[in-house]
Amino acid sequence: MDACYLDCNATTPLDPRVLEAMRPWLTHAGNPSSLHGAGRRARAAIEQAREQVAALVGVDPVQVVFTSGGTEANNLALHALCARAGTGTLAVSAIEHPSVQAPARQLAARGWRLQPVPCDAHGQVRLEALAEALEPEGGVATVMLANNETGVVQDVTALAAEARGRGALFHTDAVQAAGKLALDFTALGVTSLSLSAHKFHGPKGVGALVVERGFPVAPLLAGGGQERGRRSGTENLAGIVGFGRAAELARAERAQRADHMLALRQRLEAGLARLPGISIFAEDVPRLPNTVQFALAGYQGEALLMELDREGIAVSSGSACASGAGRPSPVLVAMGVDPDLARGAVRVSLGPDNRAEDVDRLLHALEARAAGARRLGALGW
Amino acid sequence: MTVETPIYMDYSATTPVDERVAERMARFLTRDGVFGNPASRSHAFGWAAEQAVDQARQQVAALVNADPREIVWTSGATESDNLAIKGAAHFYRKKGRHIVTVKTEHKAVLDTCRQLEREGFEVTYLDPEPDGLLDLDRFAAALRDDTILASVMHVNNEIGVIQDIETLGRLCRERGVIFHVDAAQSAGKVPIDLAALPVDLMSFSAHKIYGPKGIGALYVQRRPRVRLEAQMHGGGHERGLRSGTLATHQIVGMGEAFRIAGEEMATEIPRIRALRDRLWAGLGSMEEVYLNGDLERRVAGNLNVSFNFVEGESLIMALKDVAVSSGSACTSASLEPSYVLRALGRSDELAHSSIRFTIGRYTTEAEIDYVVDLVRQKVGKLRELSPLWEMYQEGVDLDSVQWAAH
Repeated sequence: MDACYLDCNATTPLDPRVLEAMRPWLTHAGNPSSLHGAGRRARAAIEQAREQVAALVGVDPVQVVFTSGGTEANNLALHALCARAGTGTLAVSAIEHPSVQAPARQLAARGWRLQPVPCDAHGQVRLEALAEALEPEGGVATVMLANNETGVVQDVTALAAEARGRGALFHTDAVQAAGKLALDFTALGVTSLSLSAHKFHGPKGVGALVVERGFPVAPLLAGGGQERGRRSGTENLAGIVGFGRAAELARAERAQRADHMLALRQRLEAGLARLPGISIFAEDVPRLPNTVQFALAGYQGEALLMELDREGIAVSSGSACASGAGRPSPVLVAMGVDPDLARGAVRVSLGPDNRAEDVDRLLHALEARAAGARRLGALGW
Repeated sequence: MTVETPIYMDYSATTPVDERVAERMARFLTRDGVFGNPASRSHAFGWAAEQAVDQARQQVAALVNADPREIVWTSGATESDNLAIKGAAHFYRKKGRHIVTVKTEHKAVLDTCRQLEREGFEVTYLDPEPDGLLDLDRFAAALRDDTILASVMHVNNEIGVIQDIETLGRLCRERGVIFHVDAAQSAGKVPIDLAALPVDLMSFSAHKIYGPKGIGALYVQRRPRVRLEAQMHGGGHERGLRSGTLATHQIVGMGEAFRIAGEEMATEIPRIRALRDRLWAGLGSMEEVYLNGDLERRVAGNLNVSFNFVEGESLIMALKDVAVSSGSACTSASLEPSYVLRALGRSDELAHSSIRFTIGRYTTEAEIDYVVDLVRQKVGKLRELSPLWEMYQEGVDLDSVQWAAH
């Protein structure tokens, strides 16, 4: 039986059309910084990709800084925004990805007042909570656009307006949102936004930080001065071309992909609702069209995941970056979910290639286990 | 034998990905290949990717005789240099705040040192000798009680000279100084045995050796153990030293490129050296042509030549069928004379008239002969247009000429 991949928030398979675009640039000789023809052709390919990525979020290409991925983009954003703001409060939502939390802790060690911003029971960051965190002074605030585990979508437009009204700079991690939600950088009103190619069928190892026009980005990586001095290092030529093509495809096909994934998600949720002891996290708030996180009472998440893997069904408990840790998800804990229930969490993240059969296969596997558990329960176990 | 133009002779700027590498990379991307996230612990897709990453780690370690656990993946040599230098400086800052490096290092090292100076570290930038090599006594004398780190590149990107990292490393060991070596230009071109070399940290790049751009590695010695403060924070990948999703296909590509380099080095080095010597024989026999950097202690594929009485940029324009560089690609957009050649004591004129030819895996003898003919012809033409050349031919001592300002 074919394996059934339902872990698209961890990574997605590369679109064959993206590979086709990348392939000639692998075997091309030419450093984009070189002045000769081979170098200039490489440069032109990178600038075309920059336009494609810029178009995905509605900005001018000069606002796009290519990085080695979402983690670097988030690290760069926090450092650049803090360097710009100078001093003050660094308000970080409780549900941020480790690539935001970790550099925030590093900045705290350098004197920033780190202020966690809680979320509510639905995983949403409330305006009042952000406002309180930024009292009495501004600084920098960061709230992710869509959460990688629960899929909860934040009202970033309102949050950014709140923060900026208080004189703070605002970063949003849009790694999970890109390709799934329509994104307009200007309408969001943020200072910076990070992207990662491999979350929407582009290659791993490439991402971008998008900044407001003219925003000075103090580089993390020193060296040859590539990316207008904002990020040194020979550009990942084929990767950037692939990122550009993936962004172009995502922009053209996003609505149709999202509709398809949402229909599958609804089918899955309808099936899950019939299972005894089911909890779907953040069920009643806006979520990514492809993400469902749930727990079955009485099940250890890790054990369930392993059993599903044996049947060829790939899902996860939450963030791939933190997997294997055995701790309950900090995101669910922040939502006030009981740690025992949180330890049983399963995240399903769909892709545009998934079909109804994949969803049904997962449901059957879960139903069989739930029925088994009931029998054990009847025996008094 | 005919040659196809343009001819690529800029292998130190970057190399094309070897077709064998590209083919292998393509199998780690799409749905029908191994596309999982190597950090995914809950399914076979993740494990398969992790296995591929482990294999590549072994391949990279094998080329330089290191333990695979000593290899940390990065986005390239620039990041490796940044991580090594800032990582060590930040970790050992309580021990001291002095760093020693060389004026001819790559910008990724020099610019990183400048960043550290702004943070309160003190950096000594040593001058190389006129042949590009570092005087060992001067290096030893530069090490102080508060020196925590020295960074010296193995092979220079512009002039190709090979530093004596074994002796430099020993001097560092004696003084308890951490020794970092940027080996972006030497891995796969010069034998490296990290089990024997007294080197604590070593930076690698894939794209200089027929692997993909955007991937590199840092060797972090385990015994004696070298500690670093991570520079990229997040999910705690690479034992917490470098967070960020591992780019499986890129890593696989680097592993394959290093494997091929290891297999073919023994035959490739003499072949490329013979081509380089043929090029130098053809160019060096012209009047007023100077080799930059020592010829003997030099990587096989590099020839850096100054053509007196010719302006380097005009020569590059005249040689438009040949992709060469007039300095490091990372600074080639500027018209400043190469800082590396300046550090050797070359005059601005000679530095300006320099061309770097770098030869690699796909260079042929016919290409070398074509380039020799073309350069001789173009240099001759440009010199015909040069009044300085005319004066030189007439025996005027140009250094004594008083130029009028206007």
